[in-house]
Amino acid sequence: MAPPSNRRSGHSRRAQYGVFTGYVVAGLGALIGALLLGISLFQPGFMAVPRTIATDAVEPVADANAAVRNEGRGFIESIQGYLRAGSQNDALRKEVELARIRLAEAEALKTENARLQGLLGLTREDAEPVTVARLVGSSSSSTRRFAYMGAGRNDGVREGMPVRSARGIVGRVLEVGRNSSRILLLTDSESVVPVRRSSDEVVAFAEGRGDGRLDIRLINLGVNPLKEGDVFVTSGAGGFYEPGIAVAIVSELTDDGAIARVISDPAATDYVSVEQIYQPQATQGAETPIEEELGAEDDGSDTPEGDSEGDTDGQDAADDEG
Amino acid sequence: MEQLNPKSRSDAYGSRINRDHSPILIHLVPWGTILLGCLLPFLPIISAIPLVPPLGLLFLLGWRLVRPGLLPVWAGFPIGLFDDLFSGQPFGSGILLFSLIMLGIEFFDTRFPWRSFWQDWMAAAFAIIAYLVGAALFSGADIGLIALASIGPQALLSILAFPVIARIIGGLDRLRLLRVRVLG
Repeated sequence: MAPPSNRRSGHSRRAQYGVFTGYVVAGLGALIGALLLGISLFQPGFMAVPRTIATDAVEPVADANAAVRNEGRGFIESIQGYLRAGSQNDALRKEVELARIRLAEAEALKTENARLQGLLGLTREDAEPVTVARLVGSSSSSTRRFAYMGAGRNDGVREGMPVRSARGIVGRVLEVGRNSSRILLLTDSESVVPVRRSSDEVVAFAEGRGDGRLDIRLINLGVNPLKEGDVFVTSGAGGFYEPGIAVAIVSELTDDGAIARVISDPAATDYVSVEQIYQPQATQGAETPIEEELGAEDDGSDTPEGDSEGDTDGQDAADDEG
Repeated sequence: MEQLNPKSRSDAYGSRINRDHSPILIHLVPWGTILLGCLLPFLPIISAIPLVPPLGLLFLLGWRLVRPGLLPVWAGFPIGLFDDLFSGQPFGSGILLFSLIMLGIEFFDTRFPWRSFWQDWMAAAFAIIAYLVGAALFSGADIGLIALASIGPQALLSILAFPVIARIIGGLDRLRLLRVRVLG
């Protein structure tokens, strides 16, 4: 089809100016876009306020939609369950027997743990989650991996707080609106989490690759000690995440580490809980320049620990986004 | 005449006597569907990799190519701005890319005035690939080969979705031009 003739302005001055203005405005639009893009690449928090207001505005719709989505998935899963019931039953029975044994072992470990903690005089109160909310949406068409959650400043959510599901770490709060907030998922290529192997003290960084998996970068180089199926948990270094929460499971070995799958896949997650920052003082220490004394801007009521700076390099990349 | 054929004084959009297009529908349908398209990838699924086609862009391309002359050249600016609020990209990347794509299609229009759907589809495919690669580069993340490769499925899905979207827009265009306003 030939384009309509309104671009061919002929001899009409008015039409000529109209077409010309259109091009000028479009070019100006592109220029303004480039300018805004430049600013927001250097200052990721730029325009956060309109963005959070917009997210707040669509949050009720997204929340209702999330409920429907979860029910729909449950329906499909229950049909799949019927189809696979027989073989699954058999496998599950074997698994339960093994799990009983493991449970007994865990009980033993628990009592021993309690005894040792008593010896050391450690008291550890279980931190209550800040809030529990639904994952309402994600940036599913963008290369960046963000999710949106139906809880915000009104529920006590603050920037930097870790977000976890029942299975493990999901990500960290990046921007907070009144009733919604944006989460940096583990798989985002700017996300870095300090982890250790669950069975021993092999420490590493889990970095998002941008293709839905994580890169496990070992800190101590040498012979690669990793095996397929190794589970990594948070190490607590950096002060953001509580130690011992499941992060990833190794699926493929590389020369200097491994590629791992996220244990808490956000696609299969409906409710998430927002936790307090594990060691707020340590994260504050990471942000304070070396020349400045720690806690100089504080009210001075408590003395922050100063030994955390070395551990937190991995968090810096993620911090830039906040 | 009506006794022979009751539709004789109507066209595809309704009676031509005493009826006209609604000015609200005429403007609301294209802009509304594009903005809704910007909003849609936010809603349905939460995925670990980028997979959902950029529906805002697809609807913009669809309206621009199926109904040339309907959207002004500068339409990329407001739509990109709206898209930036929800896409998760750094603010401004949508404005820049949507504006450049609109200017590019304008150039394509003058270069190839007579064309069929196949050429439109090809133009849309180029625009989609350019947008996805551009968005990945401007996303502020470290873009390696892996991240670029992970665009592949999304690009393929988006290109294959274009004919469907164009078809939907054909239907929406009939809705847009319904003669519902009563004159006089």
